[in-house]
Amino acid sequence: MLAVCGMGFGSSMMLKMTIEKVLKEKGIKADVQTTDFSTAGSEKADFIFTNEEFGRQLAGGTVPVVAIKNIADTKEVREKLEAALQ
Amino acid sequence: MQRELLEKDAILLQQDAASWEDAIKKAGQLLIDTGKIRESYIEATIRNIHELGPYILIAPNVALPHSRPEDGVLEQGISVLTLRKSVEFDSEKPFQLVICLAAVDENLHIEMLQKIAEVIADEALVNKLLSSTSVDEVYKMFNGGGELN
Repeated sequence: MLAVCGMGFGSSMMLKMTIEKVLKEKGIKADVQTTDFSTAGSEKADFIFTNEEFGRQLAGGTVPVVAIKNIADTKEVREKLEAALQ
Repeated sequence: MQRELLEKDAILLQQDAASWEDAIKKAGQLLIDTGKIRESYIEATIRNIHELGPYILIAPNVALPHSRPEDGVLEQGISVLTLRKSVEFDSEKPFQLVICLAAVDENLHIEMLQKIAEVIADEALVNKLLSSTSVDEVYKMFNGGGELN
């Protein structure tokens, strides 16, 4: 999985922490990496998690994009991850 | 030793901002004044936003302006600016809470992000922060809990 933000540094790290919290809770093993927006398009991943802004810009590629409103909200990430896994 | 994530001098509450750029400059100025960043860091952040869109919106009503360490970070830290009235990006997304983040490297700033995440994950806490007029109260919200040891 990829967590994407503009810099690949600040908010993507926060999003990665939230995703890992949810994965641990659900007992799912997955590799979560952070990256910046400009390289996200060329990376291979099962899912891309990102904010709403980049979600719009990255949608339509080969990798399913999950857009998160509040990147610190485990509840939102859990619900959207569950929906994406179905 | 307890590391101070947010200095009292880096908190400014119930301010007015004319635009999103103005809000980011005001929040950034707090980090400049407390010796955390150079002005170039704020310029880079604003340039990035013009290029990439409002990537700093990390939660409803919350902006986390940040750029890369090499854009002018001297020391890690955050500043907190709250606005009496929200400002918007072109996309009409409003925000009222600005947390400016200066990170020096990937590992060191995880604890800062954890603390920020704790606050913004909780809408009630965000609302409390936005209505607060007490620097001490806001200071405690970010430095309390002993999570930074």
